[in-house]
Amino acid sequence: MSVTQMPLEQPAAQAPRVAKPRRKLKERLWLAALQILITVLSVTFLVPTLWMVSSSLKVSTEVFAHPIVWIPRDPHWANYVTAFTGHLPLGSFIWNTVKIVVFAVLGTLLSSSLVAYSFARIDWPGKNFWFGLLLGTMMLPDIVTLVPRFILFRTIGWYDTFYPLIVPYWGAVMALYVFLIRQFFMGIPGELEDAAYIDGASRLRTLTQILMPLSKPVMATVAVFALLQHYNDFLNPLIYLKTMDKFPLAVGVKMFNDFEVQHWEIVFAVSTIMLAPILVLFIFAQRFFVQGITMTGFGGR
Amino acid sequence: MTVLQSAGRLLTGGGPRRDWLTGYLFASPFILGFLIFIAYPMLHSAWLIMFEWDPLREPEFAGFSNILKMLEDPKVNKSLFNSFFYTVIAVPVQLCISFTLALALSQPLWFRDYYRAAFYLPIIVPLVASAVVWQRVFHPEFGILNEALGWFGVDPIRWLFEPQLAKPAFIFMSFWAIGRQMVIFIAGLGNIPESLKEAASLDGANAFGRLRTVVLPLMTPLIFYNMVIATVNSFQTFIPAMIMTEGGPSDATLFVVLNIYRNAFQYGRMGYASTLAWELFLIIVGFTIMQFVISRRWVYYEEGGN
Repeated sequence: MSVTQMPLEQPAAQAPRVAKPRRKLKERLWLAALQILITVLSVTFLVPTLWMVSSSLKVSTEVFAHPIVWIPRDPHWANYVTAFTGHLPLGSFIWNTVKIVVFAVLGTLLSSSLVAYSFARIDWPGKNFWFGLLLGTMMLPDIVTLVPRFILFRTIGWYDTFYPLIVPYWGAVMALYVFLIRQFFMGIPGELEDAAYIDGASRLRTLTQILMPLSKPVMATVAVFALLQHYNDFLNPLIYLKTMDKFPLAVGVKMFNDFEVQHWEIVFAVSTIMLAPILVLFIFAQRFFVQGITMTGFGGR
Repeated sequence: MTVLQSAGRLLTGGGPRRDWLTGYLFASPFILGFLIFIAYPMLHSAWLIMFEWDPLREPEFAGFSNILKMLEDPKVNKSLFNSFFYTVIAVPVQLCISFTLALALSQPLWFRDYYRAAFYLPIIVPLVASAVVWQRVFHPEFGILNEALGWFGVDPIRWLFEPQLAKPAFIFMSFWAIGRQMVIFIAGLGNIPESLKEAASLDGANAFGRLRTVVLPLMTPLIFYNMVIATVNSFQTFIPAMIMTEGGPSDATLFVVLNIYRNAFQYGRMGYASTLAWELFLIIVGFTIMQFVISRRWVYYEEGGN
C-alpha cells in the first residue's frame, strides 16, 4: 500500500516546488533581457559625450573621415594646446568663469542662509507675506525681467562688467535655495541655539557657528546647484558683456563654435575643457547632485 | 492664503521688538534683492509695453501699438507655434522615457548605480557644450546620427537644415537630457512602501497590475511635478536654438525666447521685447494654472498630506 501511495503523493507535494523555480526562471530571463536592453541604451546615452571627447583628440582628417573614426589612432593632444594659443583668449574665458562663479556662489550661499534663518528662526511681522512672495518668484521666468534689468544695469554703468552676473545673487533672488536651506534649518532642533543664547551669543553667531556647520549637506547641495547655474549661464553674460576678453566659458564655447567652423576638433576640445571640471565635481560630489534633485523634487510639491 | 495669514499676523502683532528688527535685518538681502532685481524690473517691463524704445534714442510713447503689432506679427506667431509644438510633443515623451527608465533601474539589475550615472551624465554636460556637440551629431555628412542610421540602410538626413525636421531633431535631443526627471522618479519609486505592493500581490495583481493600481497612483504627484517643470523649461528653450540653428531653417526653430532676445538686443526694440516677454509670462502662468486645474482629476494626494 505504502509503496503505491508514494508516487501518488509525491507529484502533489512537488508541484509547487517545481512551479516556483520555473517562475523564477521566467523572472530571471526577463531581468537578463532588461539588463541587456539597459546596457545598450546607457551606452547610447554616453555616445555623444564620448564622441565629443574622442573627437577632441583627432586630427582633422579623422574628424571628417568616412566611415567615422570612433577612436583616434594617435591621440592628438596638440588640439588642446591650439585651443589655448589660437585667436580666442581661452585662458581669459576660464579665469573669468572662475571669478564670476566664485563670487556668485559665495553671495548665493551667504544671502540665502541669512534669509533662510529669518524665515526659519525669527518671528517678525510680515514674515509670511515675504515668504509667500519668495515662493511666488520661484515660478517667475527670468525672461520677463530681462529687458528692464538690462536697462537698469546699463543705466548705472554696469554694462560690460561682471557686476550684473554677481551682485543680484547677493540679494537671495534664487528662491529655491532659500527655501531648501530654510527647510533644513527647520529640521534642526532649537535647543542648541537656546543654549548659545543663554551664553550671550548673537543671532548672527548662532547662525554661522551652530546652524550653518550643522547644515553642511544642504549648503553643499545649494553650492553645487548654484555653481552649475552660474557655470552654465549663457544668456546673461551674452547680454551684459561686450568685450571678448571678459567672456566666460559658456559664451567662449560659442565663440569657438562660430570662429573655428572648420576645426571641429578644436571646438570639441574646448567643450571637453568646459565639461571636465563639472565631471570631476560630479565624481566627488555625486551625492549632492542627486540629493539636490530629489530635495527640490519633493520641495516643489 | 499666505497673504491672508500674513495679514492676520500683522494684526495680532509679532514677537518682541528686537525680533522685529533682526527679522527684517536678516531678510533684508531678499527684500532688497526682490525689490531691486525682481519687482522693479517687472513693473518697469510692464510700463515699457507702452513705449517704443531703441536704446540709442529716447523712449517714445506708443500706446497699445506694441500689443497690436504683436498680435499680427508673423514672427511672433511662428515662434509661439514653434514653442508650443516643441513643448507639447517633447514633454510627454520625456516623461514616458524617464519614468520607464526609472522603473527599469529600480529592478534588481547588476551595476545599477553605473547605469543611473550613465543616464544622468548628459545633464551635467554644460548646455552650451551639449548644443555644440549635438549640432555635429545631427550633421548630414559627418554626424554620428546619420552614421548610425546608415547601418540600417537609411540615407543621410539633413536634420537641422530641413524646416520639417529641425524641430523633431530638437525634440529628439531633449530626450537625451531626462536624467533629472529620472532621478526624481527613482527616489519616488524607492519611497513606495513594500507593504502596499505585497498587499496588491496577495490580491492577485501581477507586476503590471501592481504598476497600474499601486505604483502609478502613488507616483502621480511626481509625474505632475516633473511635467510642470519640464513645461516651463521647454517654453524657455534658448541655448540650442541660439547655437545650433540660430532660429533657422526658415524660422523653424525660432522659439519664443530667441525671438525676444533678438528683438531686444539685436533689433533694439526694448518696448516690443518687453511686450513679448509679458506675453510669454502670461502663457506660462496660464499653462501652469491649467495643469494644476487638470491635475485635480488625476493626481493622487494622500489624505492629510500637505
